[in-house]
Amino acid sequence: MSQSSNLHTRCSHPLSPGIRVGRALLIVLALASVALFLVLPLVTVFLQAFAHGWQAYSHAVRQAEVLAALRLTALVVIVAVPLNVLFGIAASWAITRFDFRGRNLLITLIDIPLAVSPVVAGMMYVEVFGRNGWLGAWLSDHNLHIIYAVPGIVLATMFVTFPFVARELIPFMEAQGADEEEAAVVLGARGFSVFWRVSLPNIKWALLYGTILAAARSVGEFGAVSVVSGHIRGRTTTLPLQVEMFYNEYNFTAAFAAASLLSLAAVFTLVVKKVIEVSSGIHRQRTEEENRA
Amino acid sequence: MAAIANHKAWSLLKRSSPLPGYHLSLGFTLIYLTSIVLIPLFAIVRRGAHGGFAAFAHSISSPRVVAAYRVTLSSALVAALLSGLFGMLVAWVLARYDFPGKRIVDAVIDLPFALPTAVAGISLTTLYAENGWIGRFLEPHGIHVAFTQLGIILAMSFVGSPFVVRSVQPVLEEIDHAMEEAAASLGANRWQIFTRILAPVCLPALLTGTALAFARAAGEYGSVIFIAGNMPMKTEITALLIVTKLEEYDYSGAADIAIAMLALSLVVMLAINLLQWRVQRREGRRG
Repeated sequence: MSQSSNLHTRCSHPLSPGIRVGRALLIVLALASVALFLVLPLVTVFLQAFAHGWQAYSHAVRQAEVLAALRLTALVVIVAVPLNVLFGIAASWAITRFDFRGRNLLITLIDIPLAVSPVVAGMMYVEVFGRNGWLGAWLSDHNLHIIYAVPGIVLATMFVTFPFVARELIPFMEAQGADEEEAAVVLGARGFSVFWRVSLPNIKWALLYGTILAAARSVGEFGAVSVVSGHIRGRTTTLPLQVEMFYNEYNFTAAFAAASLLSLAAVFTLVVKKVIEVSSGIHRQRTEEENRA
Repeated sequence: MAAIANHKAWSLLKRSSPLPGYHLSLGFTLIYLTSIVLIPLFAIVRRGAHGGFAAFAHSISSPRVVAAYRVTLSSALVAALLSGLFGMLVAWVLARYDFPGKRIVDAVIDLPFALPTAVAGISLTTLYAENGWIGRFLEPHGIHVAFTQLGIILAMSFVGSPFVVRSVQPVLEEIDHAMEEAAASLGANRWQIFTRILAPVCLPALLTGTALAFARAAGEYGSVIFIAGNMPMKTEITALLIVTKLEEYDYSGAADIAIAMLALSLVVMLAINLLQWRVQRREGRRG
């Protein structure tokens, strides 16, 4: 590692053996706790999924229930994520490009879903759309089903992933400032073309970053979706709910096989996230050079 | 909030930018925020307020509910402290030292954010069950993790751990090494450097991260229910009690518990915002 030489030259005094040992101990302790606490649970998923061999695994992941759950999860992501991306762009544009009363209140309100327990989030939607909820009577008169149906699952997912894109974009666009966009307007750019041709190229990495986080959470959301789903097999069961169903039926191979698909998505998310961090510079750790500059 | 929807209020909003899209972006933001977050929030408060305050107080003070709060809050507190310890250690090592595979470790820290909670739940349960890989070493010593409060704490620390790392790490990375070197050259020993220079700068971030981990742990459901055992009065968390009440069609009972949880999480959120505001003010002074 080229950075380690920087680390040593930076210190004005040579490292004593005691400090070297302490440093090594801390690194080993941190790595061991990360391995035991974070990596082992991930590895366990795959070991359990393949505990009865490849055949049992491939049979388990190709069950009709798993495929139906996969389709539903994909549908939820396809609807919920783009809407939240649109919201994130609109909210960060309004908040970082204009000054208005209640701006700070708006920022705080956007964060609410992060503080709310997923189960409480699901329950909120039952209170609005459920049989005894606000719109319950009207919905049943018109034969519309939201709770214990797919729309409820999408709404609950939208709630829990609501702030993700906005929270990435707001600090990023705030730091960037509006100079380039204002210059474009002065030079005659109008309406959406300011956003498409000036803003979007600048914010694309932060936007992608927030989108990835929102998508990962949408795929894996459990508590909120569990409350509004009704657990109808093959119809309102997302992949995480299907994992629970298999597990509660003591069908562990199927539970972990379905869980392994979700774990693969999680690993994919972490890789993409890291690639964005490294190649774009957002959320990147400061390098030694920057520290010295 | 009604004031913002009020048409009069629009004229009070001031704009001072030549950029387009003010009304479109703010309008969409407010409509979306209101329909996805605010209306559902009011719906649940309305349900809880339905029976009046006496009924609410009675509902949230029944022995089973109080026991669930005790289990949830005590577990979340211990889990937040464990996440704090883990987070401080990992953030320190990631921010200050170089070692092979550092990027991978840095990426793995976010695993609890990316891994669905149900997957974490069944995996931890399998590991710490009586015959599990870790459980089989703990059982002979009389340490039962799965289906006890220890299991709840374990699952909650798992989901809360990235918050502390991600709060403390950037602060540690931005500390000016010149300050430490100056202190050392003036004769400060390592302990003095740590307590006088590093700790005061890290403390707000550590507190913020721990508070975030606590808030997440207190509301956590998916990863906990598999390992908790879910015995009423003993290992039943509030989130599960809400689900149980909903399944029994006791909507107002569920709403009452939910409102109490909401109040708690809003208080924690307020505290976190205050902390971050103080951190920003300090950074502003330094800059």
